[in-house]
Amino acid sequence: MDIRSDEPDLRALMLAGLDGDEAAHKALLNKLSVHLRAYFKRQLVRIGKGPTDAEDLLQETLIALHTRRHTYDRSQLLTPWVYAIARYRLVDYLRRTKASIGEVPVEEAPDLFADDDATIVDSRLDLHKLMARLAPKTRRAIEMVKLDGLSVREAAARSGMSESAVKVSVHRGLRTLSLLVGSGTAHEDR
Amino acid sequence: MKTDELINVLGANLEVVKGGQLRRTFVIALAVGGIAALCLMLAIFGAPTDAFGGQYLGLKIVAMAFTLGLVVAGTSFLVRAARPGEPGRTPLILAALLFVAMLSAGVVALVVSQPTAWGEMVFGPQWAACLFCIPLFAIAPFASLIWALRRGAPTNLVRTGAMIGLVAGALGAAVFALHHPGGSVPFIALWYGGPIVLCSVVGAILGRRLLRW
Repeated sequence: MDIRSDEPDLRALMLAGLDGDEAAHKALLNKLSVHLRAYFKRQLVRIGKGPTDAEDLLQETLIALHTRRHTYDRSQLLTPWVYAIARYRLVDYLRRTKASIGEVPVEEAPDLFADDDATIVDSRLDLHKLMARLAPKTRRAIEMVKLDGLSVREAAARSGMSESAVKVSVHRGLRTLSLLVGSGTAHEDR
Repeated sequence: MKTDELINVLGANLEVVKGGQLRRTFVIALAVGGIAALCLMLAIFGAPTDAFGGQYLGLKIVAMAFTLGLVVAGTSFLVRAARPGEPGRTPLILAALLFVAMLSAGVVALVVSQPTAWGEMVFGPQWAACLFCIPLFAIAPFASLIWALRRGAPTNLVRTGAMIGLVAGALGAAVFALHHPGGSVPFIALWYGGPIVLCSVVGAILGRRLLRW
């Protein structure tokens, strides 16, 4: 399936998500996951990396797509924006893991994507370990709003912060998480 | 962690994204950086006695057109580079043309004058001040533009860093020109153009590290 043929659907979901439609945003991330997982598997198999690495990279990319949503220009196509971010994360990942495409001969690469999305593996990303590195106030805000599903108003009442302070904390926290993930310190073993 | 879980976390209580955030960020960055550079210039040299006139008016206009032209071209590149994807080459070509025009004008001005005057034209008063102060005045706009781009998502860090350096250097040079534009066109080409290129090279080197996300 070609991602470009999905462009109108994906773009509609993105625009709805920017306006605050949760279901649309989750649907978008789910649909993009299918394309991106296949893309990363294909790229990583060439340097002898497996599905878990691809899943790590996929999740980093999803976090990046989410925290950089404001850089999408509503008048432009969505898929070039998505792929620019995916490519950036891939290049950053390769640099970080000190691997380069040329290092592993092609014939050593196992034929992994024969059954592409049949098995979906867990990533090494550990959200709770990551969260432990945030400032306590920020962590509480993210726990309440993003993990426990409290509304911003409820979270504000419980924590004694103002609603806008909760929103700012969540936003900052997610950005910090995306930087932690990108720095490669977020994984269980590497 | 499973990817489904992550998507649920990201989507929970979804934040509304308002348009125009990046534009506002750039306006703030340029204003803060520019004003800081201006204040630094005033603190060092005091208010220029002939800011909008005097014997150097013509040269002041040349220096301003050159530097502010670079600021405009560079900023239009950066606004696009803040979004993932190809930013396009038009602003880069524009900036290159400004350099070519400035250098050509400098060479022409040398050719039509007496060779005995060349030394004085090129090493006019304040050339060392130019070399030192333009990068100094560029520091504040450089920092504010790095801050702005870090709020975006640039995908070519070296080129983006180079353009941040160029815009910051050009802003620093524009502020310096308010104090003293230098005594000749070749002087502007060399002692304005040189430090701006220097800032751009430093930006390219630092960009890779500072702009990573």
